[in-house]
Amino acid sequence: MSAISPVYGLGLAGVLFVLGLLGVLARRNLIFILASIEVMLNAAGLAFIAAGARFGQADGQVMFLFILAMAAAEVAVGLALALRIRRRFHTLDVDDLRKLRD
Amino acid sequence: MTVLFFVAAAVAVIATGMVITTRKAIHALLYLVISFLALALVFYVLGAPFVAALEVIIYAGAIMVLFLFALMLIDPGRADEAREREWMRPRAWIIPSVLTAALLFELIYVMARGGVPGGLASGAAKAIDAAAQVKAVGISLFGPYLLGVELASVLLLAGLVAAHRLTQGLDRPEEEDAAPAEDTWRRVRRAGRRGGGI
Repeated sequence: MSAISPVYGLGLAGVLFVLGLLGVLARRNLIFILASIEVMLNAAGLAFIAAGARFGQADGQVMFLFILAMAAAEVAVGLALALRIRRRFHTLDVDDLRKLRD
Repeated sequence: MTVLFFVAAAVAVIATGMVITTRKAIHALLYLVISFLALALVFYVLGAPFVAALEVIIYAGAIMVLFLFALMLIDPGRADEAREREWMRPRAWIIPSVLTAALLFELIYVMARGGVPGGLASGAAKAIDAAAQVKAVGISLFGPYLLGVELASVLLLAGLVAAHRLTQGLDRPEEEDAAPAEDTWRRVRRAGRRGGGI
C-alpha cells in the first residue's frame, strides 16, 4: 500500500490557497470575492488535516472544525452585507462601490 | 491510493480554477460545490473520514445553499431566453460532466475496494480507524479545546445576530433605504452651525 506523503497534501493546499488569492485579487464581483475567501479557508483547513494526518493526532481535525465554524459565521455576515450593498447602491462591483464613496 | 489522491486533487484544482474564471456567479458556485466534494475525497484519502463528512454536510451543503439563496435574492441579471438556450449547449455541459464523472469513478473505486484499508498518510495514523478517530476528536474537542468551542459558539451567535440586523428592513421599498446615516449627519452639522438643537 502506497502511502501519501503529507508534502502532497500541503502542496495541494498551497495551490488552492493561491487560486483563492488570485480570485480575491482578480475578480470585481463581491460574490466571487466571498467564494474565493471560502476557497482560501478550505485550503487552510486542508493544510491542518495534512499535518494532523502526518503526526497521527486529532488536533488537526479540531482546528478544521474551528475553521468551519468561522467560515459559516463569515459567510452569513458577508452575504448579509452583500444584500445590503446591492439594495443601497444597485451594484456589487467593488470598483463602482469605491467610486460611489468619493 | 496515490492515484486516488491525485485525481481528486486535479478535480479540486480544475474546479477551483473554473470558480475564479467563469463569468456567471451561479456557475462559479456550482463549480465550488464540485471543488468541495473533491476536497472531501482528499480528506478521506488522507485518513480523516469524519472531516470529509463534515465537509460534504456543512461546506457543500449548508454554506453553499446559503450562497445560492443569497444569489437568488441578489438576482445578478435577467435569465433571458438566450442564456437558457446557451445552457442547453453541450459546450456548457462537458467540463462539469468530466469533473463529476471523475469523482464518481473514484467513489465507485473506493467502495469496490471496501474503504481505505491502511492507506493513510503515515505509519502513525494507520493504527487509528474511523470510529476511534471520531472519539479522539470529540475527547480533544471537549477537553483541552473547550475554550475554543465556547469561542466558536459565541462567534456563531454573533454571526447570527449580525446577519439578522443587517438584513432587517430589506423588504421595505428601496427609496426609504437610501443612505439615512449621511442625511442625519448633515442635519446634525447644519444644526451645530446654527448653534441650536436638531
